[in-house]
Amino acid sequence: MIALAASIAALVALAAVPLFLTDYGLGLMIGMAGYVTLASAWALFSGQTRYISLATVAFYGIGAYTVAVLNETIAYPLVLACAGLVGAGLALVVGLSTLRLSGIYFVIFTFGLAELVRQLITWYEVNVTGTLGRYIFLDITAREIYWQLLALGTFTIGLTAWILRHRLGLALKVIGDDETVAAHAGIDLARTKLIAFTLSATIITLCGAISSPRWTYVEPIIVFNPNVSFLAVIMALLGGANRLWGPAAGAVPLFLLFEWLSVNFPDTYPIILGLMFIAVVFLLPDGVLGGLARLRQRGKAAA
Amino acid sequence: MSILEIHEATRIFGGLTAVNKVSFAMEAGEILGLLGPNGSGKTTLLNLLSGALAPSAGRIVIGRRDMTGRKPNIIARQGVARTFQLVRILPSLTLEENVIVSAVFGRNRHDKEAARRIARAALRDAGLEGMETCSAGDLTYLDQKRLELARALAAEPDILLMDEWLAGLNPTELHEAVALVRALSGRGMTIIMVEHIMEAVRALCPRSIVMNAGTLIADGPTANVLNDRHVVAAYLGEADDA
Repeated sequence: MIALAASIAALVALAAVPLFLTDYGLGLMIGMAGYVTLASAWALFSGQTRYISLATVAFYGIGAYTVAVLNETIAYPLVLACAGLVGAGLALVVGLSTLRLSGIYFVIFTFGLAELVRQLITWYEVNVTGTLGRYIFLDITAREIYWQLLALGTFTIGLTAWILRHRLGLALKVIGDDETVAAHAGIDLARTKLIAFTLSATIITLCGAISSPRWTYVEPIIVFNPNVSFLAVIMALLGGANRLWGPAAGAVPLFLLFEWLSVNFPDTYPIILGLMFIAVVFLLPDGVLGGLARLRQRGKAAA
Repeated sequence: MSILEIHEATRIFGGLTAVNKVSFAMEAGEILGLLGPNGSGKTTLLNLLSGALAPSAGRIVIGRRDMTGRKPNIIARQGVARTFQLVRILPSLTLEENVIVSAVFGRNRHDKEAARRIARAALRDAGLEGMETCSAGDLTYLDQKRLELARALAAEPDILLMDEWLAGLNPTELHEAVALVRALSGRGMTIIMVEHIMEAVRALCPRSIVMNAGTLIADGPTANVLNDRHVVAAYLGEADDA
């Protein structure tokens, strides 16, 4: 009860923040809200099942592109609905065809998928529509984008909390530990993975759609930047990918760090990103929250 | 009425026929010993029964329903549970969660409260009472085996497949384990045991079948089967001067 009240108070405070910020500050808040949402949505599927997906940017970019294509033809809420449907549709197709893959094959496939989508859209734009770039002219303020991302992020974490308490969450955890056991216990592997993957991918697509007006000008190389996929993974892993608040706990500090690095060390930034990736995987396999929980347990055992 | 019927089940891996036209049937409540030298196809046969592998040919009928080639989750819901030769636990979950899984997703799809009750009873049956909140990753090998059995029991199966579940127990533990299996059978469970410990097989299984090189070479009362000329030859090799 106290936790719920605290969460609501925190949410109200977060929603009120843009009223007191400069444009730069608001930009940072938008970035954080976006990455908290991306990392949490990624973890909704990958954190529980341990199927490491690098397709985040495929869905994120599709969301942005849907807005770029439709923003002048239909009303904004309908654009978002379309983006969600396109993302969910693609997730179902991809899920049905790939979720039998496991381990490294799934990772490689999802990475390839992001590239494939980017190349297909580039090819289509160059050869069929004859333009590479598109403009997004939407009458949406930065504050409105922030509030939408905040709402989407809240929804994502709320949905994850709900799932973790229900059968679906248990099924995903068991799949993450041992698929053979999961199947023999009566869990429908294909259906469980497909539901979680589709939920996760739909949220990621919406996140891309909501964020897209910030760009104004959109082309494939911009919205299908593979760094987005890697960042979502590293953020979730840093915080603890199988914990409710883990991805958020990883996304906030890493976003701020990378923002600072990309301003101050624009040339060496990718190298530092790579090193961070390795460090997180080696030093914090369960994430910061997992590490803290273990320390607490050890403290309890010693006491 | 047979609870399990296997008609000419066959499984081919590349050029190797691991299970070759094996047929047998079981009545409800029977305990069957599944014997044979290493590599004779016992585990593959269990895999065909549990759905881990689909047969290349033949038919598997469980509780009068044709389950040939069905996925393991479908077969689990038909009332089949198993343990694995190489123990498989869920290391990141607690003992109770490990066991709850098969009560929640098994044939009866229990709600949380009922599943917890069943999981606790299964842990108690398997000798893990009081360890519900421990992490499964921290268990000793023996307790991991107990945990696997508890998970199988929480599925409330009609048919239990045990793949060398008794292996590695010391004499005292073996004694307890035999009593436990006997108690399960007393509840009407049908059990197939892949086992190398003949003492346990003799004590528990009125009937045994023996496989060698993928083929069923004997089926009958355990004492007769163990004295069968072909079975002795399969285990010890043919006597040259016979």
